[in-house]
Amino acid sequence: MAKAPRNGSSPLLDIRNLRIEARVYPPGEAPRTITLVHDVSLSLEKGKVLGLIGESGAGKSTIGLSSMAYGRGGVKITGGEVLLNGRDILKGGTQGVRALRGREVCYVAQSAAAAFNPAHRLMDQVVEASILHGVATREEAERRAVALFRKLSLPDPENIGQRFPHQVSGGQLQRVMTAMALCSEPDLIVFDEPTTALDVTTQIDVLAAIKEAIRDTGVAALYISHDLAVVAQVSDEIMVLRHGRLVEWGGTRQIIKEPRQEYTSALVSVHEIEHQEKQPGASPFLSVRNITAAYGGGKIKVLKNVSVDILPGQTLAVVGESGSGKSTLARAITGLLPPEEGSITFAGRTLSNRLSDRSRDDLRELQMIYQMADVAMNPRQTVGTIIGRPLEFYFGMGGRERDAKVAELLDKIEMGRGFIDRYPAELSGGQKQRVCIARALAAKPRLIICDEVTSALDPLVANGILKLLLGLQAEEGVAYLFITHDLATVKSIADSIAVMYRGEVVRYGPKSEVLKPPFDAYTDLLLSSVPEMEIGWLEKAIGGRRMASAGN
Amino acid sequence: MLDLKRIPIGAWIGLILTTLFLIAAIFAPLIAPYGLGEIVGDVWAPASGQFLLGTDNLGRDLLSRMIYGARTTIFIAVMATALSFSLGAILGFTAAVVGGWFDTGMSRFVDLLMAIPTLIFALVVLSVLPSTLLTLILVMGILDATRVYRLSRAVAVDINVMDFVEAAKLRGEGKGWIIFREILPNALSPLVSELGLRFIYAVLFLSALSFLGLGVQPPDADWGGMVKENKDGIVFGIPAALIPAAAIAALAISVNLVADWVLNRTTDLKGGRGNG
Amino acid sequence: MSNPILKLIAQRIALGLLLLLAVSVLIFAGTQILPGDVAQSILGQSATPQALANLREELGLNDPAIVRYFRWLAGVLTGDLGTALSSRQDIAASIGGRLWNTLFLAFWAAVVSVPLAIVLGLLAVRYRNGWIDKSISGLALASTSLPEFFIGYLLVYFFAVKLQWFPGISTVYDGMPFLERMKAIALPATALTLVVLAHMMRMTRAAILNVMQSAYIETAELKGLSPFDIIRKHAFPNAIAPIINVVMLNLAFLIVGVVVIEVIFVYPGMGQYLVDHVAKRDVPVVQAVGLIFAAVYIGLNIIADIAAIVANPRLRHPK
Repeated sequence: MAKAPRNGSSPLLDIRNLRIEARVYPPGEAPRTITLVHDVSLSLEKGKVLGLIGESGAGKSTIGLSSMAYGRGGVKITGGEVLLNGRDILKGGTQGVRALRGREVCYVAQSAAAAFNPAHRLMDQVVEASILHGVATREEAERRAVALFRKLSLPDPENIGQRFPHQVSGGQLQRVMTAMALCSEPDLIVFDEPTTALDVTTQIDVLAAIKEAIRDTGVAALYISHDLAVVAQVSDEIMVLRHGRLVEWGGTRQIIKEPRQEYTSALVSVHEIEHQEKQPGASPFLSVRNITAAYGGGKIKVLKNVSVDILPGQTLAVVGESGSGKSTLARAITGLLPPEEGSITFAGRTLSNRLSDRSRDDLRELQMIYQMADVAMNPRQTVGTIIGRPLEFYFGMGGRERDAKVAELLDKIEMGRGFIDRYPAELSGGQKQRVCIARALAAKPRLIICDEVTSALDPLVANGILKLLLGLQAEEGVAYLFITHDLATVKSIADSIAVMYRGEVVRYGPKSEVLKPPFDAYTDLLLSSVPEMEIGWLEKAIGGRRMASAGN
Repeated sequence: MLDLKRIPIGAWIGLILTTLFLIAAIFAPLIAPYGLGEIVGDVWAPASGQFLLGTDNLGRDLLSRMIYGARTTIFIAVMATALSFSLGAILGFTAAVVGGWFDTGMSRFVDLLMAIPTLIFALVVLSVLPSTLLTLILVMGILDATRVYRLSRAVAVDINVMDFVEAAKLRGEGKGWIIFREILPNALSPLVSELGLRFIYAVLFLSALSFLGLGVQPPDADWGGMVKENKDGIVFGIPAALIPAAAIAALAISVNLVADWVLNRTTDLKGGRGNG
Repeated sequence: MSNPILKLIAQRIALGLLLLLAVSVLIFAGTQILPGDVAQSILGQSATPQALANLREELGLNDPAIVRYFRWLAGVLTGDLGTALSSRQDIAASIGGRLWNTLFLAFWAAVVSVPLAIVLGLLAVRYRNGWIDKSISGLALASTSLPEFFIGYLLVYFFAVKLQWFPGISTVYDGMPFLERMKAIALPATALTLVVLAHMMRMTRAAILNVMQSAYIETAELKGLSPFDIIRKHAFPNAIAPIINVVMLNLAFLIVGVVVIEVIFVYPGMGQYLVDHVAKRDVPVVQAVGLIFAAVYIGLNIIADIAAIVANPRLRHPK
């Protein structure tokens, strides 16, 4: 375990042997107490930024909130000390805690859209804490807020405060929330995954705005994220957490360049899967030609004249941000949303537009895997039933033959036959996604559509799934249509790439060509927005941009 | 499996009382000390060793009438619940899965029926229909089916848009598999607990109708009707009417306790097993 | 107040009127087309064919149903509710005073129950999972299981018969002094209050709890606001619409509960009037009273929806 670099005598925030517990009420079991954070210590100097990184369940948000003496839900701080400006805030009582929240420490939530009160204007909420704690009069606070809006490059900084939360976009709200945290001039701000819910091209703007604001105001920050590349852009030091325990703590450069713990190295190298692009030699077995599709009876066009080809045993990655139409393309191909114009040819013949008109064999050849594995499986069916059903349905298998095949598939997804009688609720996130993969494979398809299959997973788990998919492709020769917003994933898995923007394919071709300059403006923006595990990347990326972010 | 030790005390009380009521209803002629219409004593005689609950407004044994009343009350309520449930659940599920004009038409019609308070609508209809058991069951069952329809449609619509149902549709599964194998197992817990609530509602509704003189007609008597028969005694300080009223309350509360427990036990969609 | 919100409100009212029209069809159809001959019902099995024919003629039963419906609807719209078959009295005239009596009773029950339910609901949220909260859940469970007449007769038995504080029969008459009238309705109003209270409490609790679990409440807490300020400034503006909704739904519930309560206390209101005439199979009265009850019920639902529209910041301040 690395020791914290210490300099200076009394840190702003000094957490010692923090222990946090929660009471959980599992259905049908006796309530019990679980420990979320095991004796973690950290310290933070004035004006410095400490990044807290880890997968879900690492306890990073819980630790962050402990600096405000706050526990979410049934969470309780049961041991240790939290020294802020030299005093233990856990011993301050309700009044003491209330006096420091919103004054000495402020909080920026992951979803600003939910964290703002829908009933009040933004300005009233931004200045609320400053007025409450007597930091400023209303006029001073509002003047300061407008200045902060300007610093965070919000549009129309003079008047944006008069709006209501629902009248402002997600990326802007996140910046307004940062302004709200800065308004009362606190010593410390807790940023809790402030850019995670944003599109990648929006994230970079917000990230740059936050970084600049931290630098100019000299506030200290705890920056919580699951994305090491993001944390590396804003932090002076990084603390890696896992299962509520400290893994490694060091300067940003040391963590990303010379990680000392195995777990940290895994996080650093998570996106580095070697994948050799296959040659486009063979002719496509599935061709999407000039597809136009719309929701709401033709009113809202979501796909405009889209054409792509899928080659046998290869992967076409469809990349785009929310609203780009990439998932709609999958729905059109599967027949769930019959296109208004255009056609889909499959193995030389035209595929019916509607799902109900397709033959059972056509359905079998085309399988799908979903983003949220837990809702993609019937919670009342066992793994055996879930994987076995396509075998029964398409191949009429039953009894022992089916069970043997299910066991074989379970081996293929590296889970083993012990899982056959489990229910989905008894599996981890990665295992659930693996079962979904096995269900798709059971149909012996030629194409599997993967709709954001790794987005809901922690990076290391996602990495495992990608490796599994690549391995299965080599074994079974199945093709993938891989829909994602994450360019790093694309680089790891694709043979060809289609970049989508507002319902259109703006760039399409083999991976090596698509990722080779010169780029069109949008692809350039998209590529340059993907955080890289590199100190100083953010400034470089912002400096080199040709196009404003897509959604802001 | 069900772990008896984990059943909370409230649910135990509910289960035991419900069972007692059911036994009384089923074996009424064997248990009741006197006949249903048999006049055996003075009018409104107080409780005594001979008449455990006293006698009613005509001098009939109240306990015996209570036991027979349990039979009438529970029978009609069960039949009405069965009708409302099968009608409402089948139509609701079908509407959710089929969609289109059937769904729109059914849902608008149910909205219309629910725009009139149930009791008022029942009174309007009963003003022209003959007061028979069958009429009562039909009127109560159909009016209450609207609530079951709304619930089962809402539950089924929620499940119908989930990815696992879409996966089944993409696989090419028929409507039967989707309704019975994908949707129904996941809709069961809310529906089962609703079953209890609908039964309680049927008991209360029937009792109210009978109390108003528009439900079960003499000489038959259900508990609501017995309240009506004995209500004039109240002003003289004779509590005979309170006894059937209390019985209705006790039955409703015990079924409520059981339904509450069932709902709490199986409320999460996640668990397949291990939520005993 | 901007345009779209007025448009939505207008739409909601129009929908309500349409619904009311459909309800009038349903009520009419319910009494006219269902099997069972009104004339036979009135005169009984022993009536001579001649008497039946005469009565049918008099009631216009020989015209097609659609003609009779529009004749009835036209009457209703001009305030002519027809004549009672049993008493030969003008229905509108008989209803006038009774409607006022019913509204008087319902009004006082609402005046007591609404604030009480909201305060108790707030307390239940404030002391969540504490004994107040638990007893409220228990009470709610019990009260949804208690028949109205059980509550009513318990009150009569203890407060009218044993303690003799209030009359057990609520006689009211024109020109009755206000205080005496209040004393007369004390028990029925209490009974009505008890009928709706627990349910309203539970729904209020759920509505507030839903708001209290929002992320913006956490934001307020992390700004250092006191619990009182959090509720006043952040929870209340968002809870008001759901609470109005709860109140309106329960008032609608109260209007129905009034029927049974009036019969228990022999209170001269709409409910008793309706029940009496259902027993007499007096169809014109039943239709008229049924329609009025339905109109009140639909009206309260419209108010609930409008409150939700008005309180929604997204609709008040469109993008």
